[in-house]
Amino acid sequence: MPYDLERYDTFDVRRYREESPFKIHGGCGLMGMCDESGALRSGEDAILAMAVQHDRGNGLGGGFAGYGIYPEFPDHFAFHMMYHDVAAKEEAEALFDQYFTVDLAEPMPTRPVKGITDAPLLWRYFLKPYENKLEQAELSAEDYVVHVVMTINSSVDGAFVASSGKNMGAFKGVGYPEEIGHFFRLEEYAGHTWVGHNRFPTNTPGWWGGAHPFTLLDWSIVHNGEISSYGINNRYLEQFGYKCALGTDTEVAAYLFDLMLRRHKLPLSLACKALASPLWDDIDRMPEDEAAVMRSLRAVYGPGMLNGPFAIVLGFNGGMVALNDRIKLRPLVAARSGDTVMVASEESAIRAVIPEPEHVWAPKAGEPVIARVKDMEWPIHGDLHLDASAISCAVTGTDQSCDTVEVNA
Amino acid sequence: MTRTMAPGVVEGYLKVAPTVTRDGDAVTIDANGVYYKQLNEAVRQAIDAGAATVRIENVNGQRYIGTGVKASGVRIEVHGTAGNDMAMFMDGPEIEVFGNAQDGVGNTMNAGRVVVHGDAGDVLGYGMRGGRVYVKGDVGYRVGIHMKAYENLVPIMVCGGKARDFFGEYMAGGMLVLLGMNTQFAEQPLVGGFTGAGMHGGVIYLRGSVEPWQCGKEVGIFQATEEDMAELTPILADYAEAMGMDIEQILAEPFTKLAPFSHRPYGKLYAPM
Amino acid sequence: MPTSLIQPEFRVKIDYDKCHKCGRCVQQCGWGVYDFNERPIPDDSKCRACHRCVTFCPAHCITIEKNTLAYRDNDNWSADARKAVWRQAETGGVLLTSMGNPKPYQRVFDHLVLDACQVTNPSIDPLREPMELRTYLGRKPDSVEVEPDGKGGFKLAEGAGLANNIKLDTPIIFSPMSYGSVSLNVHKSLAMAAERLGTLMNTGEGGLHEDLYPYQDHVIVQVASGRFGVNPDYLNRGAAMEIKIGQGAKPGIGGHLPGEKINKEVSGTRMIPQGTDAISPAPHHDIYSIEDLRQLIYSLKEASGYKPVGVKIAAVHNVAAIASGIVRAGADYVYLDGFKGGTGAAPQVIRDHIGIPIEVAIAAVDQRLRDEGIRNQASIIAAGSIRSSADLAKAIALGADVCAIGSAALMALGCHLCQSCHTGSCSWGITTQKPELTRRIDPEWGAERLVNLVHAWSHELQEILGALGVNAVESLRGSRERLRSIGLDEQMNRVLGVKPAGL
Repeated sequence: MPYDLERYDTFDVRRYREESPFKIHGGCGLMGMCDESGALRSGEDAILAMAVQHDRGNGLGGGFAGYGIYPEFPDHFAFHMMYHDVAAKEEAEALFDQYFTVDLAEPMPTRPVKGITDAPLLWRYFLKPYENKLEQAELSAEDYVVHVVMTINSSVDGAFVASSGKNMGAFKGVGYPEEIGHFFRLEEYAGHTWVGHNRFPTNTPGWWGGAHPFTLLDWSIVHNGEISSYGINNRYLEQFGYKCALGTDTEVAAYLFDLMLRRHKLPLSLACKALASPLWDDIDRMPEDEAAVMRSLRAVYGPGMLNGPFAIVLGFNGGMVALNDRIKLRPLVAARSGDTVMVASEESAIRAVIPEPEHVWAPKAGEPVIARVKDMEWPIHGDLHLDASAISCAVTGTDQSCDTVEVNA
Repeated sequence: MTRTMAPGVVEGYLKVAPTVTRDGDAVTIDANGVYYKQLNEAVRQAIDAGAATVRIENVNGQRYIGTGVKASGVRIEVHGTAGNDMAMFMDGPEIEVFGNAQDGVGNTMNAGRVVVHGDAGDVLGYGMRGGRVYVKGDVGYRVGIHMKAYENLVPIMVCGGKARDFFGEYMAGGMLVLLGMNTQFAEQPLVGGFTGAGMHGGVIYLRGSVEPWQCGKEVGIFQATEEDMAELTPILADYAEAMGMDIEQILAEPFTKLAPFSHRPYGKLYAPM
Repeated sequence: MPTSLIQPEFRVKIDYDKCHKCGRCVQQCGWGVYDFNERPIPDDSKCRACHRCVTFCPAHCITIEKNTLAYRDNDNWSADARKAVWRQAETGGVLLTSMGNPKPYQRVFDHLVLDACQVTNPSIDPLREPMELRTYLGRKPDSVEVEPDGKGGFKLAEGAGLANNIKLDTPIIFSPMSYGSVSLNVHKSLAMAAERLGTLMNTGEGGLHEDLYPYQDHVIVQVASGRFGVNPDYLNRGAAMEIKIGQGAKPGIGGHLPGEKINKEVSGTRMIPQGTDAISPAPHHDIYSIEDLRQLIYSLKEASGYKPVGVKIAAVHNVAAIASGIVRAGADYVYLDGFKGGTGAAPQVIRDHIGIPIEVAIAAVDQRLRDEGIRNQASIIAAGSIRSSADLAKAIALGADVCAIGSAALMALGCHLCQSCHTGSCSWGITTQKPELTRRIDPEWGAERLVNLVHAWSHELQEILGALGVNAVESLRGSRERLRSIGLDEQMNRVLGVKPAGL
């Protein structure tokens, strides 16, 4: 059959979006720690590591994510919610009731902290999908949750899902991270893995939802730096149905991990190599088998390569990965002490928590530091069969919901 | 190493004056949990009051220690992890760090000496104009870049471990030495790629050898001659003494010398219109 | 009656006080402008303003001026329009011209500006730090499949990875120009330069002369409607094959190399008898639709052991849909030739009025391929007046993988854009087969100049990337966020996917 050229005559020219957000610029400080034995550490340690990096931020964003923090609800999806008003809360809760057994709904425990103002209504919920609805929808539990998250973020005005993974949660807002951590009473939580972030945006909407970490199912990302390749990374992801609506590099990094790890099933180590590729000259010096893999990775994922200065920590239920750009333009220090692996923008952040670690080293550019909790399956959110556009909507909360192009990938 | 403000509240540093104790012309400052501004103020006050030795204890990441300090005959001891931009623009004092140093040590330093009994981070000695920086262990990326010499100001840096990419990049003067001895990266090359890239002055000495791919196209790789070693040995002896190392052991391996082909490596790159 | 109403376009002035009377101008001029009678005497009507005589005059005593004859003012009837009517009234002919469209259409590239880093992310020093231009030309899989290598690492899964891609050290290649339209020495210069630069030249539709065999790994062999010089050996020699559907300077029409240009060497390379006209039909008569193109693409792959096959088209109105069809038909690259691209001969009316600008074509095609999720399946080569490294960078930012240069390459060899290639008398020895003229190009000299030009542009591209804070060209490719427009209307911004400056 001849190729139908007519088909595209009325194709929507979706290129120049005046409403597309400004790119948000910024520098930052970050930390990540993981106890590979699965032993739990107080959130106070995470706060401490960020507190000594106070001067890396400007008080316009701080946040944390902890894993293993809800042992009493290990199989529930823990929703951390931000509401602008009561109406938004009521509307979101009606949705929860429709889709889930709500086993606990409560305000996030917080305390007043000087410097933290204009907090939205903060609630958390421990939810289980209705079995019959799951079956009806023929979705995995994760798909189902993402669908709800998407619905809330796209259609419930004034509601934002800060995190929605199992046995994890994100705590973030506008303020210095030690203030935010104190505000959320993080010392009352214990987790095997923590990530933390201190934000120095140079152009900020001062939005609680815009602080790091950025989450997607149980992925959480904190990020220091600036992705100079944002423009093409964004357009590359659009091809796969992702929509980068927040205008942050962090969002791009999260989707790229999702694309490579979950959808393309790349091993983590290779996904890191695609994001922070070795130089061509280095590839040329590798043994041929390895060079062939790297050449292919670079040629195929070139548009996704994160070019520009960055240090990133990706947290997940089961560990964390820290990664630097390929010529190390942002700081990253790592340490190991017993079963604990810790990374931060400054060594002092590590030593504030672990004064005398056995090893302290500066990771090589583009070489990931990987910590994995023993015996934990990874990644644990399973295989999703969802259209990627749904995922992007779920986490971005745009009201332009999923009108993306058909995904051909 | 930290203080708590109220139950459960954690602050990295408090903006309070540190505890200072004096013993003759030696002053000891407890930096534990003290914000850098108050800490450095105490250091400067001690120096202004005639202290010959300023011992700072429990340092953990406080920035700018010794930054902009112009004095002679002053010795600052840092116990702990020295923060970013230590000894930046420093003009005269000696700083000895018992621990690791973070990024940006000796940035645009003018004179004096920094001795680090540990590792140091990235961008060490950026644009250094004079004085000496000695590091016992490994150093990071972009170490000794754009060091420059002018008349009697000749900066010297000796690093005892290994270094990453861009070692001595843009180097315009002075001497940069890398020993590869006290390292935690035994399996890795002595130095990363782009060593001496854009180098157009000064000299780099490496204990051991280097492959051409590791070096910028602007540098020549030579075996150090006797004359070179005569220039280098007194510096290594000073370094060995500062680190408590054996000079003979340092000299037991042959040295490689990197020197620029030209003082104007890009003369032909541009075509005036 | 006068033989022609058309007055000479130029005035050749000689300062006889300075003139050495050496006759160099007489000897250099390919157009026969000069007579010599004790001193050179120019015939203005023959001058093409190619500056060959000016360049070689040892006394620097020759000046070429515009013949500034006044015409009664009429914005509607330009002098050129009047001359065209007179010429056609005299001859009854289709006006023939060459090189690219000179009309004052809006130059989109000149309304685009690039970004640079300040504070929030660092610019990068391209001289001392890595700045990678390497580009792989060809079809790429959507993802990379690996399997454990048994040593704790991973290797490519069977059949996965990057097959049949061509490594280019810089995203600049030479555009197709046939042996016949240009001289063999030009072809040799291009081939030698391509090899030294780690890039490609392109035979055009005139076959591959055996003198170029040593450089065949750096040659794209073209298959056009006339199929000149095409046989299995030819297909197998090339690094890639290219089906030429159209050319930016003359979309939709064929070609005609007059018999006078078919000398022994050209005849041998094109595999047609000496002295016959070499006629390229307007279409490929085995491609009347897209499925026929697919059939030809795969017959070429079958015949060559599955080397990459590209398809070159002129940028026309619905270029995006056409390119999408080409990619789905199995092409490894799509070569887009914008309406300012050059030619060795084309009807003026076609050259000057058909097609669309390359900037627009790149933007439309890149976006369409992304919308359809097939952007990885083919590379985009853009051509049609890439005048500088700035145009190159902007084309890449709009979405091109590689740019091809033709006019600029010929200018490196001396071309002065006199638009007279079709006469076959090029004084610079480029677009001619006259032995006394072709020997003016020494391939070694030509290759060196081409290498210089491409090196200079590559350096400049590296400078641009450095300012943008990225150290690999793939991070600029398609990154329209790094472009802003000045003075383009909203509709054009929308088509280009570029925001106006200030936003």
